[in-house]
Amino acid sequence: MDLLFVILVEVLYAIASLALVSAGLAVVFGMMKVINLAHGEFMMMGGYATIVSVNLGVNVFVAMLIIAPLVVGLIGLVVERLIIRHLYGRLVDTMLATWGLSLFFIGVATMIFGNTTTSITTPITGFAVGDYQINGYNFFIIFVSIILLIGMYALLKATRLGLIARGTMQQSDIAAALGYSPDRIYMATFFCGSALSGFAGAILAPLVGLVPTSGGAYIAKAFITVIAGGPSLIAGLISSSSLFGLVNQIFTFSISPVFGEVALLVAAVILLRLLPQGVTGKFFKGKM
Amino acid sequence: MTNINRRNFMAAGAALGGAMMLPNWAVSADTIKLGSILDQSGPFDAYGKPMDMALRLAVSKINADGGLLGKKVEVVSYDTQSDMALYTQYGQQLTRQDKVDVVHGGILSASREAIRQTMRKSKTLYFYNVLYEGGVCDRNIFINGVTPAQQVEALIPYAMGKSGKKVYVLAADYNYGQIMAKWIQKIVADNGGETVEVDFFPLDVSDFGSTIAKIQTVGPDLIVAPLVGGAHLSFFRQWAAAGMKDKIPLASPTLGVGNEHKVLTPEEGNGIMVAYNYSQEIASSENDSFKKAWADAYNGDQSMHEIAVSNYHGILTWAEGVRKAGSFQRDDVVKALETGISIMGPGGKVTVDPKTHHAVLDVHLMEIQDQKMKVIKTLPQLQPIDTQAVCDLEANPKDNKQYEIKI
Repeated sequence: MDLLFVILVEVLYAIASLALVSAGLAVVFGMMKVINLAHGEFMMMGGYATIVSVNLGVNVFVAMLIIAPLVVGLIGLVVERLIIRHLYGRLVDTMLATWGLSLFFIGVATMIFGNTTTSITTPITGFAVGDYQINGYNFFIIFVSIILLIGMYALLKATRLGLIARGTMQQSDIAAALGYSPDRIYMATFFCGSALSGFAGAILAPLVGLVPTSGGAYIAKAFITVIAGGPSLIAGLISSSSLFGLVNQIFTFSISPVFGEVALLVAAVILLRLLPQGVTGKFFKGKM
Repeated sequence: MTNINRRNFMAAGAALGGAMMLPNWAVSADTIKLGSILDQSGPFDAYGKPMDMALRLAVSKINADGGLLGKKVEVVSYDTQSDMALYTQYGQQLTRQDKVDVVHGGILSASREAIRQTMRKSKTLYFYNVLYEGGVCDRNIFINGVTPAQQVEALIPYAMGKSGKKVYVLAADYNYGQIMAKWIQKIVADNGGETVEVDFFPLDVSDFGSTIAKIQTVGPDLIVAPLVGGAHLSFFRQWAAAGMKDKIPLASPTLGVGNEHKVLTPEEGNGIMVAYNYSQEIASSENDSFKKAWADAYNGDQSMHEIAVSNYHGILTWAEGVRKAGSFQRDDVVKALETGISIMGPGGKVTVDPKTHHAVLDVHLMEIQDQKMKVIKTLPQLQPIDTQAVCDLEANPKDNKQYEIKI
C-alpha cells in the first residue's frame, strides 16, 4: 500500500516535471508557431538566475517563483524585439535563428559562470510514508505544476487578455481590424512563454547540478511533449505529459532509468504514427 | 596603430613563419617537455583542475631542486574540456608538434584509451595517474591510481561488517562503472553476501527520485555507489533529501575522489564509507609538507584530492625513473622504472610493479565526517592483484590491450 503510494508520487512527479518543462515551449510554439530551439537555454538561465540570487542571500522561494521568471521573461522580451518579431510565420527561419541564439546563450553562460557544475541544496526535507521515505521536493513540483496549469487555463479562458491572445493567434488580421495590435500581443505572449521556461528551470535547479549546457537535456523532451500534445495548449500538455510520464516511470520501476527514457521516446514515435496531429488533434478537439 | 599595408603584413608573416620553422632543439635546448592533457573545465573539472595544480606543484618542486639531469622541466598543457573528441586532437598535437618527452594525463578511461595508442605509436612515454578499473597491459604506460581490487577489498568487507549482507549497487554507465560493479559483486560474494540489484546510470543523469523509491522496495542492507561526475552527485543529495541517509548506509569507491565530500553538506555526507590511497587527513610528514607547499603555492587553497595526489606521485615517479636511467630516452626510463623503484609521496610509499606497470600502494579505509575523510584503518602496500592476474609484461613485453579481467 505504501509502495503504491510512493510509485504514484513518482509517476505524478514525472508527469509534473514534463508539464513544467514543456509549458513555456507550448505557449511559444503552440500559440505562435515559433520553434524556439533556445527553450532549454531559457531554462538554464532560469536555473542560474535562481542560484545567483540564492547565493546573494535571497530566499530560495522568492528566487525561484519571482526573480527567475522575471529575469528570463525580460531576456525573452529583448530577444523577441530584436530577432523573433522579424520572423513570425517563417517556421524554419525561427528554428535557425533560435538555434544560433541557444549557442550564444551557452557561450555567454560559460563566460560568466565557467564550464562547471553548480547547485543549491533542496529547500524541502523528506518525510516518511509508512516504511518509505519520500523526497518532499517532489510534492512541491507536483503542486507547482498543478497551480501553473490551472493558472494558464484560467488566464486563457476567463480573462479578456486571454481572449484577445487566442483571437490574435487564430486570426491576427481580424484582431487588428478590431483595434488590437498583433505585434504587442505577440510580444506579451513571447514574454510569458520565456518566463514560463525560466520558471521551469528555476524550479528544477535544486534537484540537479547546473552547467551552461544543461538546456540540451530538456529540449528534446519538451518538443516531444508539445508536439505529441497537439493543437490544444492545456489539454495537449496534460494528456501528453500524463502519457509519457506514466510510460517512463513504469519502465523505470520495472527495468531501469535508462529504459524509462527509451520507452518514452518509443511511445512518442508510436503515438505520432497513430495520431500525426497529436493527442488533441483527435480527442478533446476545440478544448483549450 | 600602424597602417597595415602589404609590405609590413608580409614582413610580419615572414617573421612569424620563421619562428615557427625553427627546429625544436633551437627553441628549447635546455628544457625537457612534460605534456599534460586534462579536463580542466566541464563536468569533470572537479577532478582535472586540482590534477593540473598538483602537476605544476610537482614540476616546480623538481625545478627548484635543480631540474632533471641539469635541465628544467617545461609543462605543455591542454584543457580537453570534458570532451573526449579533444583528447585525440590534443594527444596528437603533443606527440607530433610539441614533441614532448613524456605525457601525463587522461581522466576517464575513455580518454585514456583515446590517446594510449597515439602515445605508443609515437614512442612517447605515457603516465595515467587516476584510479580506474584495471586491466591495461602496455609497456609504454605507467599507472599510479588504485585499482578495484585494491579499493574494494578494503572497503566492502568493512562496510558489510557494519551493515549487512544484502548489497545494492548504483554505478556509472561506462567502462569504469561496469567493471567496478562486477568487482563489487565478486567481493560481496567472496564475503558471503549477495548483490540484490545493480543499476547503471549514464553520466548525465541527475534525477534519482525513482531509483531511491526502487531501492526502498528492495530493502538492501548496504548501498555501494561507484557514481562519477557532477550530475551523479545529485544522488547523494537526493538520498539525504529523502531522509534515507540514516536508514541504509552508503559506501562509495568514487565519492570524494574529486573532493565531492566538501561539496556535500555534513548532513548529506556524514557516515559514507570510502577507501583511497589519499586523504587530506593522513597524518604523515610527507602529507604535512605537501599540504603546506600546496597552500603556499595556491593562496591557501585546499582542493588537493585523491587523483591530484596520484598525478603528483606519477610525476615524482617519472622524475625518479629519469634520474635512475640518467637519460630521457623512453626505453631507458622504462627500464629504470621496471627495476621497481619507489617514491614517498603524500599518500605514502608508491612502488612500481614491474610486471604490470601499475602501483603497489597504501589504501586507507575512511569515513566521511563533517566534510573530512577520517582515516579508520590503513592497509599498507597492497598489490594490484586484479591486473596481475591478466598482465605480465616481463613475459609478454609486446602486450598492448586492456584485458577484461575475468571475475
